Amino acid sequence: MVSIKINGNLYNVPADYTILKAAEENGIDIPTLCYEEGLTITGACRMCVVEVKGARKLLAACATPVTDGMEVQTESERVVSARRDILRLLIANHDLRCLTCERNGDCRLQDYCYRYQVEDTPYKGAKKEYPIDTDNHFFIRDYSKCIKCGKCVLICAEVNGAHVYDFMERGFDTKVTSAFDDNLQETTCTACGMCVNVCPVGALVEKSVLWQGRPWEVKKVTTTCGYCGVGCQLKLKVKDDRIIGVAAAKSGSNLGHLCAKGQFGWEYVQSNDRLTDPLIKRNGVFEKVSWDEALTYVANRLKAIWQEHGGQAFAGLTSAKCTNEENYLFQKFMRTILKTNNVDHCARL
Amino acid sequence: MNELLNTEVIFLIGANTTEAHPVTGYRIKQAVRNGRKLIVADPRKIELAKYADIWLRQRPGTDIALINGLAHVILRDDLWDRKFVADRSEGFDEWREIVEQYNPKRVEQITGVKAELLEEAARMFGQAERASIVYAMGITQHISGTQNVLSLANLAILTGNVGKEGAGVYPLRGQNNVQGACDMGGLPNYYPGYQLVESEESREKFAKFWGVELPEKVGLTVTDMMDAAYAGEIKAMYIMGENPVLSDPDANHVIEALKNLDFLVVQDIFMTETAELAEVVLPGASFAEKTGTFTNTERRIQRVRQAISLRGNSKPDSEIIVALANKMGHAWSYPRGPVEIMEEIARCTPSYAGISFDRLETRGIQWPCPSPDHPGTPFLHKDTFTRGKGKFHAVHYMPAAEEPDEEYPLLLTTGRNLYQFHTGSMSRRSKLERMRPEELMMIHPNTAREYKLKDKDYVQVESRRGEVQTKIQVTDHIPPGMVFLTFHYKETPTNRLTINATDPVSNIPELKICGVRIKKIKPSLISK
Repeated sequence: MVSIKINGNLYNVPADYTILKAAEENGIDIPTLCYEEGLTITGACRMCVVEVKGARKLLAACATPVTDGMEVQTESERVVSARRDILRLLIANHDLRCLTCERNGDCRLQDYCYRYQVEDTPYKGAKKEYPIDTDNHFFIRDYSKCIKCGKCVLICAEVNGAHVYDFMERGFDTKVTSAFDDNLQETTCTACGMCVNVCPVGALVEKSVLWQGRPWEVKKVTTTCGYCGVGCQLKLKVKDDRIIGVAAAKSGSNLGHLCAKGQFGWEYVQSNDRLTDPLIKRNGVFEKVSWDEALTYVANRLKAIWQEHGGQAFAGLTSAKCTNEENYLFQKFMRTILKTNNVDHCARL
Repeated sequence: MNELLNTEVIFLIGANTTEAHPVTGYRIKQAVRNGRKLIVADPRKIELAKYADIWLRQRPGTDIALINGLAHVILRDDLWDRKFVADRSEGFDEWREIVEQYNPKRVEQITGVKAELLEEAARMFGQAERASIVYAMGITQHISGTQNVLSLANLAILTGNVGKEGAGVYPLRGQNNVQGACDMGGLPNYYPGYQLVESEESREKFAKFWGVELPEKVGLTVTDMMDAAYAGEIKAMYIMGENPVLSDPDANHVIEALKNLDFLVVQDIFMTETAELAEVVLPGASFAEKTGTFTNTERRIQRVRQAISLRGNSKPDSEIIVALANKMGHAWSYPRGPVEIMEEIARCTPSYAGISFDRLETRGIQWPCPSPDHPGTPFLHKDTFTRGKGKFHAVHYMPAAEEPDEEYPLLLTTGRNLYQFHTGSMSRRSKLERMRPEELMMIHPNTAREYKLKDKDYVQVESRRGEVQTKIQVTDHIPPGMVFLTFHYKETPTNRLTINATDPVSNIPELKICGVRIKKIKPSLISK
């Protein structure tokens, strides 16, 4: 452990911490754009610069390890001035049509401009304008809004391993894109959508959320993915009782990481094919019936068969897709009411 | 799962992780990028084979020979954990005799894996301080599935890779709650928490707890149920959220069996191929419309929360079961819903005794969790095995139930792809469908040439049990003489081909190997 002073207060933190981590754990908010826990620290955006006593320059909090006796100022005049300049430079080359941006209200760039009262930029000049890429099935790529934080590049390369993105060209012409600037279907992209979830601005946006609602109108419900046994945690984005997308949740072992199924495979829930009423087959055709009729019918059929053949004439398949509570009740039903242990599910398939 | 980042060597066998369990696949790739070693054993050139330090391309169905071969070299080169074996295992000498017969040359004859490569892999695994074994259905879906798993357990005990962080044996579960369905007693021989139906003590415990007499006879597994239904012994079935018509082996037999029932009730969210055969269909709720818990492959019990309202007149599956129990004349009542059901589970299931919805609010808990103040258990067998000492099981290689022959010369193996899931009832109704809208049977270029087939041609695939039509993909992802199909597509119902020969202990069918033959057809013969 080492002791450091942040904004005049003394804290004891593990020696392998960065200033950013030490501050975060003690409830001190340092703004970041390019930092993402678990990815390589690039220190590229400089938003997290802080003043360290004795250091000649401002230091990036994400990339600077703590040392014993260190004294840090996170919101000093010098720090704030530097952050303002960074923001002014960023918005000098940013599509500022925030009015209709899907990330309006949920945008780091916007939040920090507000926090540091940056209304405009003195750096007038050329702006990069790119056509919006809508070629892949799942999300749009609007590079006029990209701030080149590089998090999409890193998460794709370091977590997924697909390494679809990288920086192309240099200087003012720099653009994050795929090999040969190709559309994503032609690359190693596996449609995991993690790039969308780490984008701090409106450059990468799920198609399913477009024009569906403002971020503050969207309820996010943390739950467990319904596909494979990894059990990833995710947040369902819900607007007007409809799922419109998925956001990352960091409370599970998946650490916010998802695959194509968890991120983009949820639409079946709202499919028109969903069964909405109990059905009884009569003369080979299914007819909609009330719950009371259906359950009475099933109970009578089961009772009649039970009286004639006993419990060994029954078998039940419970479900690896249903909850623990449902599975518990199902086997209890088979064992205590139908009196059979003939209960199994697809564990073997 | 994240422990894989802290292991030195990962031995991955019979698991196509990057497609079937993608986020676990990410962890393995991250581990490799961080300098960990990876050994992949798989007949298919899976994505992780490209990340592997050593790729062992064994012939399908020869896993025991391969694993015994690795153990043989580890013993021979004195890379085993003598202290662990002495303190915590039994049956070593008997097992050693068997393993000594699996010298690298013999293993090469059986598996096709070069002796030098096997030795190199054995040294890499044996020399590691902390090594992990990861497997999935490629190990279990064989008639020797149980023995395959036991031979992996032997390897873990031999090298002392049990019960410590960053080591161990990781079975990857396929479905979101297959672990939980097993934990909850959704099995013919177990009550909740793996309490044996055969044990008089457990039976009495549950009879008292539920306040009823309980049947003594151990139940039938799904494959046996289908045989019994076919034979007319099972008269009625209640199927909740399963689609055996597409998921189970020898599908024609399954369809005949279900048609032979006096009464079939299916509870599902879609009119599945199985539901179509039912007399009554009850509309359940999807994971987004109900509350409850799922238990993942690391035994972590996690919350499921309702995000949207129920569709039409559908109901949560738990409410349906309770309502049906009431109609049958049983006064079941859970007015507080799943919270209250979990309280009952905790009272009768020792490994879930400390679980409650409140405790799962911010993060899941790994069972065993025996009391409300217990933090959960990240890894098992730390100081002792469940049975006391770890047992070496002497297991021999045995051939598959149906190897390719002159009549059916190609070996069919089955699995999943990244963009679809299981029988496709969920994934095919989402945008994922656009990524992979149809089956593409994988076939090696040499085999394709023999049959005068080009990429994207159509073939009819026939086995002794049925036939399906499919488009093909010519690729060296699989070796010559082998073809690969998924079971996601109802247009290509692969399980009409597969065999329902099962492992005698686990009853898992041998979905990974059967003999097929193919012939070229015109695309028009494929029905959508």
